[in-house]
Amino acid sequence: MATVLGVPLPAILGQLTLGLVNGSFYALLSLGLAVIFGLLGIVNFAHGAFYMLGAFAAYIGLQAFGVNYWFALILAPLAVGLLGVLIERLFLRHLYRLDPLYGLLLTFGIALIAEGIMRDRFGASGKSYPVPESLRGVFDLGFMVLPIYRAWVVAASLGVCGMTWFLIERTRLGAMLRAATENARLVQAFGINVPLLVMGTYGGGVALAALAGVLAAPVVQVSPLMGSSLVIVVFAVVVIGGMGSIVGAIVSGLSLGLIEGLTKVIYPEASNIVVFIIMAVVLMWRPAGLFGREH
Amino acid sequence: MKLGSLHVALAATLSVLTAQAGAAGDQVVIGDIDDLSGVYADAQGQGGIEAINMAIADFGGTVLGKKIVLLTADHQNKPDIGATKFREWADQNGLNMLIGGSNTGVNIAMSKVASAKKVPLIVIGAGGASLTGADCTPYSIHYVYDTTSLANGTASTIVKGGGKSWFFITADYAFGTQLQDSATKVVLASGGKVLGSVRVPLGATDFSSFLLQAQSSGAQVLGLANAGTDFSNSLKGANEFGITKTMKPAALLAFISDIHSLTLQTAQGLYLTTGWYWDLNEETRAFGKRLFAKMQREPTMDHAGAYSATLQYLKAVKAAGTTDSDKVMAELKKAKLNDMFVKNGYIRADGLMVHTMYVMQVKTPAESKYPWDYYKVIRVMPGEEAYGSQPDPACSLVKP
Amino acid sequence: MAGSTDIRARAAVYVVLGILALTAPLLGVYPVFLMKLVCYAMFACAFNLLLGYTKMLSFGHAAYFGSAGYITGWLVAVHGWGTIEGILAGVAASLLLGFLIGAIAVRRQGIYFAMITLALAQLVFFICLQADFTGGENGLQGIPRGSIFGLIGLGRDDTMYYFVLAVFTAVYVFVQRIVRSPFGHVLQAIRENEPRAVSLGYKVARYKLLAFVLSAGISGLAGSLKALTLGFATLSDVNQGTSGEVILMTLLGGSGTFLGPVVGASVVVTLQEYLSDHVGAWVSVIIGAIFVVCVMIFRRGFVGEIAWLFARSGSRLRRTPE
Repeated sequence: MATVLGVPLPAILGQLTLGLVNGSFYALLSLGLAVIFGLLGIVNFAHGAFYMLGAFAAYIGLQAFGVNYWFALILAPLAVGLLGVLIERLFLRHLYRLDPLYGLLLTFGIALIAEGIMRDRFGASGKSYPVPESLRGVFDLGFMVLPIYRAWVVAASLGVCGMTWFLIERTRLGAMLRAATENARLVQAFGINVPLLVMGTYGGGVALAALAGVLAAPVVQVSPLMGSSLVIVVFAVVVIGGMGSIVGAIVSGLSLGLIEGLTKVIYPEASNIVVFIIMAVVLMWRPAGLFGREH
Repeated sequence: MKLGSLHVALAATLSVLTAQAGAAGDQVVIGDIDDLSGVYADAQGQGGIEAINMAIADFGGTVLGKKIVLLTADHQNKPDIGATKFREWADQNGLNMLIGGSNTGVNIAMSKVASAKKVPLIVIGAGGASLTGADCTPYSIHYVYDTTSLANGTASTIVKGGGKSWFFITADYAFGTQLQDSATKVVLASGGKVLGSVRVPLGATDFSSFLLQAQSSGAQVLGLANAGTDFSNSLKGANEFGITKTMKPAALLAFISDIHSLTLQTAQGLYLTTGWYWDLNEETRAFGKRLFAKMQREPTMDHAGAYSATLQYLKAVKAAGTTDSDKVMAELKKAKLNDMFVKNGYIRADGLMVHTMYVMQVKTPAESKYPWDYYKVIRVMPGEEAYGSQPDPACSLVKP
Repeated sequence: MAGSTDIRARAAVYVVLGILALTAPLLGVYPVFLMKLVCYAMFACAFNLLLGYTKMLSFGHAAYFGSAGYITGWLVAVHGWGTIEGILAGVAASLLLGFLIGAIAVRRQGIYFAMITLALAQLVFFICLQADFTGGENGLQGIPRGSIFGLIGLGRDDTMYYFVLAVFTAVYVFVQRIVRSPFGHVLQAIRENEPRAVSLGYKVARYKLLAFVLSAGISGLAGSLKALTLGFATLSDVNQGTSGEVILMTLLGGSGTFLGPVVGASVVVTLQEYLSDHVGAWVSVIIGAIFVVCVMIFRRGFVGEIAWLFARSGSRLRRTPE
């Protein structure tokens, strides 16, 4: 059996494949965060909570209303995105003129509320969400057996990331958004409803988180705590990629998933902290992140 | 389970209020600190509270002319919460006895409080053998099962059946590590070997990378040194990734609640060790029926154990004529324990309640004839065989 | 005279609080609960030094609080160190950790600073999770209270309480002295207008780092005392929840005031103590709701609002904080 660094090749390939799956989640989540921060200047601490609510929306949809996975992929992000829009309208909007730290603290509080309510209702341990029929089964890759569902997660995340990038960088709507970040007044003077745009953007970023939640539900069990530890890793990913950069978020998300996978097989004790170590190093060397510009 | 938690909250409020009203003196206060909402909630949890209440009611509701009151709290698998609550109840609410729920780490912390405050702690849900070993105290009793008996039951059955090389997936805290140690001893003593192990944080839900590590070790047996939802998630993951095709899973700790949630389809053929089963005889079935009426589930060994421990404690209080901890502990340690949970059980010098353990195999769907008909008895282990014939020498109470 | 009624009012408040604090155990309040409250009040005061007076929002302050608790606990429980020596070692550890993390974090400001402290604190959390000596999920148990240099035993709850109270009073006075010192004035100048302070020639990064390290050290002192009081140090002390709690305490009580953190800590610890029995997971919801309310409409916090009301109602206070 071939070995790399003393570790058998199949093991490395296996962990890299799993790392790619995790990386897709990181990419999708940091994309939402980067969109919200890049375009609105808000650090959305509630991102993990929205991810969790997306997963729960799918779970409750299935349990109480028989909504299947495929509908949930559309409906859950819509529902949670609407919630995001409400939060922006009622709370965040009033904080833009203040120090951005207040926005951070507000979203932190919202995350606590969301988690507390779900934990009261559903307890702290995870609920099972079944893999949809059409995605059951495995690919035999030789070095490991990969459930088809996980391959789907990678494909779906990359697809959504690509579409979002395209929307922001290559369409008129995206151009309006980017312009509004540079100079909101001017854009408003052109007759474009900037507050509506802002609201929609926040809702959109939140919807991306919720989508990640639905994708994650069959893999990680739906639990009220699923967002809270993940969100800090995602923050680190966004800082590494560059806080406003869409491309940075996607690239660092995927790479960090792969690096984490590699670490698991070479030096497992460090696998939880490798992302933070990389973040510290990147910050010392390139404070704006790998793809970022000073905001 | 919103109604359930509301119910518990109300009951807790009422009991705290009433307990505070008559702290020490005119009441006998029993406590239950357990995982009520997390990874281990189904093993003991709410069902355990029901069982304790049943025992109190069956005993008559009073002892030595004093009303018996139950306080409950959720330790959320955090040792600091469990220890702090125990200390508070001992200081402020006149606690006379504590039933310890799941999670060995929390129970180790609570046993320190038991020793400091001189309040008996009867551990039901937690498994770590160190509770009657290095962590033993004059006031701790380990009642239902422990990692030693689990290893002597399940691990030895699997090794004897040909599973010689093992890889462990271990919950990263006291229980997991002790279970891995006990099982390793058994494997090595039977001529097997351990090819490796990996530690997983408590409550992890995605075991895929750990399972891949297990598979790449080439071991014959996948030793699952975890419990509750950790166990069911790791087993499901093993199925999902096709690992069960090349490795035999060893369910080192499984409750009937886990088998129920996994379904016989997934769990069939698994060996497991238990201290009690609802379908053993008429007495156990009767208890099962009573708890089923309240919980819509058959009881686990923890539920039966909680009932029995409460009953035996109250009997000891009556026999001793006082709630004084030293006298009651003396009564308990010299008694022969007999009820629907245990026959001719006794408490050793190190606090372990020695009793019969059963090695079971999970039935196939075809073999199961009625709801909850999940186990067939493979081997009956008398207490001395399951737990060892001598008290644990690591315990400071044991004279060499 | 401008401010003399205000000085008398403040003195009165301190006298009342002092009497309450000294007599509370005698009045039957549970000493362990009081000690917990005092430790968290100390932690919040340390945090306020950064947030209120230097406007640096550290999102991972539990790292210093918890790691000092672990170091002290480990030295005292496992290596038989004396209590005072153990506390000093814990403080030294948190000072060092504060220096290491501060040196990286202080290079950035505002949101970036917060994120860096958050991520580095998470790093500390995972190290505590993995390290053998902390006991991981099991925590470090059985930490004895010991005695003050072998002379005064701290085993009894009320003796320990007065010791903790004495340390807290010293810390409180110390923090006041720092804020009112020239160093403190420079910090406030940096808070008001950093570019201006730079242009005036102050080595801003050094000032910020020193403030950060001081704050970390005092947080460590609070953590060591808490570990000794309760007899254990666990992962809860270094986790993100605790970091969030201290932010809430400071915000709720009023950042930029001296009594604010104390009031905030008292409210939050009391709420948690009496709510958790009865409402379980709703404690999180309530804390989150308080955060939201504070940020939206109650930014000055309790003490801040009271001070502001005082200022409005005639007495001619200068508009700088206490």
